[in-house]
Amino acid sequence: MKQKNKVAATTNWPLTILLILGCLTVIFPLYMAIVIAFKKPSEMTNDIAGALSLPKSWSLENFAEAMRVTDFWHSLGYSVMITVITVVLAILLHSLAGYAIGRSMAKSKFYKFSYLYIVSGMFVPFAILMMPLVKQTAQMGVDNWVGVILCYLVFYMPMNVMLYTGYLKNIPIALEEAAFVDGATTWSTYWKVIFPIMSPMHATVAVLTALGTWNDVMTPLVIMSGTGANTLPLAQLTFQTQFGTNYNLAFASYLLALLPILIFYLVCQKQIINGVVNGAVK
Amino acid sequence: MNKKLSRNQTFMLITIPVLALFFCFNTLPLIKGLIYSFTNFKGFGSYDWVGLRNYADLFTDGRVGKSYLFTFKFAIVATILTNVIALLLALGLNGKIRAKSALRGVYFVPRILGGLVVGYIFGYIFTYILPAITGGSSMLSDTNTAWLAIVIVAAWQSIAQTTLIYISGLQTVPEDVYEAGAIDGATGWKSFKELTFPLIIPFFSINMVLSMKDFLMVFDQIMALTKGGPAQSTESISYLIYNNGMGGGQFGFQSANAVIFFIVIVAISVAQLNFTGKKEEQL
Repeated sequence: MKQKNKVAATTNWPLTILLILGCLTVIFPLYMAIVIAFKKPSEMTNDIAGALSLPKSWSLENFAEAMRVTDFWHSLGYSVMITVITVVLAILLHSLAGYAIGRSMAKSKFYKFSYLYIVSGMFVPFAILMMPLVKQTAQMGVDNWVGVILCYLVFYMPMNVMLYTGYLKNIPIALEEAAFVDGATTWSTYWKVIFPIMSPMHATVAVLTALGTWNDVMTPLVIMSGTGANTLPLAQLTFQTQFGTNYNLAFASYLLALLPILIFYLVCQKQIINGVVNGAVK
Repeated sequence: MNKKLSRNQTFMLITIPVLALFFCFNTLPLIKGLIYSFTNFKGFGSYDWVGLRNYADLFTDGRVGKSYLFTFKFAIVATILTNVIALLLALGLNGKIRAKSALRGVYFVPRILGGLVVGYIFGYIFTYILPAITGGSSMLSDTNTAWLAIVIVAAWQSIAQTTLIYISGLQTVPEDVYEAGAIDGATGWKSFKELTFPLIIPFFSINMVLSMKDFLMVFDQIMALTKGGPAQSTESISYLIYNNGMGGGQFGFQSANAVIFFIVIVAISVAQLNFTGKKEEQL
């Protein structure tokens, strides 16, 4: 037994090296995007070396040009605005709904039904809602970023309400009762006691909702397409024809589109990984 | 008593608007889609009721049939590929290795990137880099291989999250299970099959359900890589509904397609949950 523990404590180097080599499958596409984005079209010879070698000079010209062609700052602005507003509203609204429904569904058929009704929305594919939503948002005058946010608030509601009600089961009701004894209302008790306690779940909801909305193409594509406004991913689709065969310009634009989320990931990698795993496992 | 009443009223005041919002952007369009599916609406102008004709036509429409075949072939192969690689990767990343968290951090990166841009980057690899290495033509221009290219890109992204879920499953297996198993002679593959895998079946179920559902709805990668081509060989159901419903004057017909697609998704999800539920009970 002692022998075995000793073996177990040592590093498995072949495995470590294999896994490091495996990282190339992740790094290679990004490396390729970076070197191509910095090159001039004249550096792109027809062989692989032309595409994959390091650029002669690290010029930011392609990036400046890509920003101009794709109206980068406006697209970035829309992406940030839509994601931030969706995440904030999702946390406020879905946690409240999760609280009201979660605290009542054991006693009341109405809330039990409401829970199942909302959660069953998880099975509805966007494809079936897409065409009617285009008409509906146009009729309501929200065929723009406002409509996109409203759609997201509904699309992420099933998952988020399920996560919040699940989390609430572990929060003892006695905590609230103590506040009631002091004369607080349900509303103020929620914000002062329950909302802060649910912060781990707020982080999970924020990560999942933010990743989903930030990277989504389909919803803004069908709802915002007439407005001339783009989100970052949508801009890549819209301006695809303008890149033509200038891959250097195209890759500079793709990198610009990936950069914000990559920076975000570098800063809060742990929270993002935890959020994604918690969301799936709970 | 007064306090209790106001608690219920507060809950009601929260729940009713939330339900109204949900109804307005989920149930209402769902009902409208169902209604459109009984019409010959083109997306504009006037339209007539056609009863069940759209549904009858769906089953004889070659293009729709082809999109279902492709979507299922793609989803099944991608689900298996993703889960096999992710499980192996998770076992590796959970092993006795150095730089564990750094490696996990790198392998997770594909999950955070947008499917469309990833599709464009891989499009370049398939069109220029791979043919230069193999000397052949692009995978994307051949009807026999284009779907595999979509599988590779979709799996590349999906493996990240699937692996992390398996790792969190492996971490629930206590170390002494392996030690006890080793005494009984269970090591290597036998230890995995008889000890590890049964213990992480709940995580296996989650991953199967999540990846299957995501893959059945594939859209971004197709938009970026093939736009359904060549010769409509990579047209997924979602892409066909979008393409022909929004721009092809088949609003009514594709609504019927979407209704069937919705029923298929529900049926598969329920079947998967039942199946894995039974598996877990057996243990």
